[in-house]
Amino acid sequence: MSQLSRTVRAIPTLLRIGVAETVAYRAEFLVWLLVTTLPLVMLALWSSVASEAPFRGFESKDFVAYYLSGLIVRNVTGSWVGWQISEEIRMGTMAMRLLRPLHPYVAFAASHVAAIPFRLVVALPVAVILLLSSGASALTREPAQLALLAPSLAFGWMINFNLVFILGTISFWATKTMALMNVYFALFSLFSGYLLPIQLLPSVIGEVAEVLPFRYGFSAPLELMTRHLDGEQLALLVGGQIGWVAVTLVAALWLWRAGVRRFEAVGG
Amino acid sequence: MMSRYLRLFAVQLRLSASAGMAYRGDFLLEGLMSIGWLLVTLLPLYVLYSERDAVGGWSLPEALVVLAYFTGVKGVLEGIVSPSFVDLVERIRTGAFDYVLLKPLDAQAMISVSRFEPWKMFDVLGALVIVVYAFVKLGYAPSLPDIGLGIVLFVAGVLAMYSLWILCAAAAFWVVRLDNLTFLLGAIFDTARWPVTIFPRAWRIIFTFVIPLAVMTTYPAQALLGKLRAETALGVCGGTVALLVLSRLVWRKAIRSYTSASS
Repeated sequence: MSQLSRTVRAIPTLLRIGVAETVAYRAEFLVWLLVTTLPLVMLALWSSVASEAPFRGFESKDFVAYYLSGLIVRNVTGSWVGWQISEEIRMGTMAMRLLRPLHPYVAFAASHVAAIPFRLVVALPVAVILLLSSGASALTREPAQLALLAPSLAFGWMINFNLVFILGTISFWATKTMALMNVYFALFSLFSGYLLPIQLLPSVIGEVAEVLPFRYGFSAPLELMTRHLDGEQLALLVGGQIGWVAVTLVAALWLWRAGVRRFEAVGG
Repeated sequence: MMSRYLRLFAVQLRLSASAGMAYRGDFLLEGLMSIGWLLVTLLPLYVLYSERDAVGGWSLPEALVVLAYFTGVKGVLEGIVSPSFVDLVERIRTGAFDYVLLKPLDAQAMISVSRFEPWKMFDVLGALVIVVYAFVKLGYAPSLPDIGLGIVLFVAGVLAMYSLWILCAAAAFWVVRLDNLTFLLGAIFDTARWPVTIFPRAWRIIFTFVIPLAVMTTYPAQALLGKLRAETALGVCGGTVALLVLSRLVWRKAIRSYTSASS
């Protein structure tokens, strides 16, 4: 019990540190924000294509709604913890972190949560633009879907965080993990709906996407916002998210334990 | 003088190749990755053209030529320029850049070839395969002058992108922690796989004059297809030279404001 209460007491401090870190590396943060706004290019392309004639049932306004909502979802749920872990293992600074009487999972998660208000600086204006744009009419008005949006975003955040965390722990075993990160991003762009709405993908890829976690990390909240879903679809989507949160959390913590056991601090 | 730079280039290439070969598993993995990425980039194109015959005046084989140029330029950049850039940022941060400045060669030349990633040649090979496939589908072979112009503009495209990298590298002298600038540049460059005329007008202007992506892929592809007007080709070459000069000037100014992080 004391372990738990100690962790809980540390959280406000961790959040403050996270805010300070974000402010200190503001240039980096700004660049990162610009990177995440790039789907706007895809928005320009597809809405221009669909303005001539609807593209497989997607009109211009549907693309506007999809990509702007996608920007918000990616902004709120995106995660870079894997890069941090891999960097700390490579540089040996992980040793410092392990000395602290707090599970690194909690510490990393807190520093990520602390960055969310800064990300809202981007997400909120985008949301306003979305509501004023032609895309507004393509957004859902179902009360059930709107009510599930916030939890779904939170689940998406957790799934992404856990997946990238798992990726980071692989650095305990392998030294060059950059290639792995690229593989991850390729799979993510393909199967999450980041590149294209999943309904537009060739049906084989769409079916594969159903059973992979990426869709539940990114596309699920997005579909809540832009698609009409019946009760069963809704249950499958949010239920799938909860399932993946559990699976990825267990995997992340287990891999972490196994990895730390064979960790030899580099550089002392 | 020139031969010294060529020797430097050859030595660095050999060192990087042997370092790369030391990690054969990685070499293979990266090769597979390149092919995988290529397939991912082909997918939106496939989806788009499964519904339409032509978009923005470009048929599928023509758009494939643009994609081939994109893949080729990307291969050269990620093989030579961006690893060197990461290296540079690291050296500025740690102060090891001092040693580069001490050497009796131009610092920009030293840094531009400081590291290679040989496996990116898979991308260049992939680009060639796509070009051949596209022209087989088109049903004709490009004429010799068109091939010549296509190659010249490929070099111009690489140099234009290289200049943008040098400009970003210069920024690293003022704002030290900018590792992820490479991501930004890479992500922006990713748009270049689409013919610029597919985009709405405002974007087209940005991608031609502000961030000259059209110069790197759309115009060279038009040249190879025999559709580029001579004055546009001249404009592309002129613009590239202007960019090179600008990047050189900014680089020199940046170096002057370098304050070593070591000692």
